[in-house]
Amino acid sequence: MYVAVKGGDAAIENSQTLLAEERRGDKRVPELTLDQIKNQLSLSVDRVMAEGSLYDRDLAALAIKQARGDIVEAIFLLRAYRTTLPRFGNTVPVDTGKMQIRRRISATFKDLPGGQILGPSFDYTHRLLDFSLAKNSNAPLAKEASEDVLAEMPRVTELLNDEGLIEKEIDDNEQEPFDVTRNSLKFPASREARLQNLARGDEGFLLALAYSTQRGWGKTHPFAGEIRMGEVGVEIIPEELGFPIEVGEITVTECQMVNQFKGSATIPAQFTRGYGLTFGHNERKAMSMGILDRSLRSKELGEAVNAPAQDEEFVLSHSCNVEASGFVQHLKLPHYVDFQSELVTVRALRKASAFSEKNEDSTDSKNVEAAE
Amino acid sequence: MKEPEKLERTKRQKWMSVLAKADTELLDTLWCELQDKPSWVNVRAPETGMVMVRGKAGGVGTTFNVGEMALTRATIRLDSGISGVAYVQGRSALKAEQSAVLDAMLQDDRYSAAIFKKVIKPLEEATKKQKFSAGKKAANTKVEFFTMVRGE
Repeated sequence: MYVAVKGGDAAIENSQTLLAEERRGDKRVPELTLDQIKNQLSLSVDRVMAEGSLYDRDLAALAIKQARGDIVEAIFLLRAYRTTLPRFGNTVPVDTGKMQIRRRISATFKDLPGGQILGPSFDYTHRLLDFSLAKNSNAPLAKEASEDVLAEMPRVTELLNDEGLIEKEIDDNEQEPFDVTRNSLKFPASREARLQNLARGDEGFLLALAYSTQRGWGKTHPFAGEIRMGEVGVEIIPEELGFPIEVGEITVTECQMVNQFKGSATIPAQFTRGYGLTFGHNERKAMSMGILDRSLRSKELGEAVNAPAQDEEFVLSHSCNVEASGFVQHLKLPHYVDFQSELVTVRALRKASAFSEKNEDSTDSKNVEAAE
Repeated sequence: MKEPEKLERTKRQKWMSVLAKADTELLDTLWCELQDKPSWVNVRAPETGMVMVRGKAGGVGTTFNVGEMALTRATIRLDSGISGVAYVQGRSALKAEQSAVLDAMLQDDRYSAAIFKKVIKPLEEATKKQKFSAGKKAANTKVEFFTMVRGE
């Protein structure tokens, strides 16, 4: 419990002015523009949109600037802003099968229709600092192939599906999908609720949990069946029109994880799936989500549930970095009255017990001597 | 959740999509170059909100909510009585209003041919050019991995 305190207005105002000055930094250096952030820190923008749960590049760039590059703070700003906007409705589910591909790889099939498209990737860089970027880099323009990429790339999971070797994904919603932003999460949670929670969950938290299950805490060691990144159209069906219209286009990253499954009394041995989908280009997040979607299905598949990454209450209750940082950081708020009461309690307990302050002093000095 | 029927897109669906995805600055330039514009009234003034973007597990299965997208809508009525509607990505009220007026003009025989030529075509071409270039740049990173058999 904390008790409200009054006063401090002038100090708070001065603190905020100081914050603004620090944000601006050395005035001899040109100020960052939102266009620069959108273009040159595009992956920060992507992460803020995904976890801020609002696709708007301009707003995400503004949030990053305001937060001085603190990504979790920027996510908080975007989350707060989204609560001020009305919701017009829901989109038709995006069709990632029709994605305009900019990257598409598979770790399970070398040759697949449409090919492996590396796209703009850090994967094969040497991770050596490039000092030429310390100056203005004059980046070369990428070359174009003579042909475009395949318009509709088949999914790797469909190739396995043809042989019946992988479980089928079934379009099974009987009603509107559960929305964690409108209803509080209950356990056991449905897969759709889990997927939404993971899609807006903290990348670092998801990554660490995914890693833990790969290392043996829950035994999920999947294959990256397919990762694709590119643009998908967004469609809505406005009530007054009654037909679908495409209202925009967003960049998304999709990951299809493929896991071995020994089978059960009713299901033959086959591959099972884990699915990850995030706003923007973010493979680390999409892959972690794919791994966790699968590990959270342990119970449904009759596997032992004994690791954190398989425990949906543990994972889903702690994935939101806005909630997490709020609860951790609320400890900075004045707890003076709280603490006073604990002081009284501790003093009373000491008085009641055999220890007098003198006794303890002498014990302490003995311990110090022993340690020396 | 039932899939909406995949019907052949009507002309109106197509131009609404072109307008929605248009570059805001390019649309504004083309709009300002238009000489002969009718007068209109706002039936629903431009309003910014969000839509919940949905996805499907595995791309094909259970529908789930991914996150929201900013969207601006507007409805106008021309002096001729024809109404125009726009839903455009982002938060530009100007773009939404211009798109709604253009949607109505495209339904009006007096203007439709001219708007197609002076607005829709150039917007389509700009998008196509940008897409085609992005696609060919991606295609240039296509990789042929080969595995090597080692030992006998």
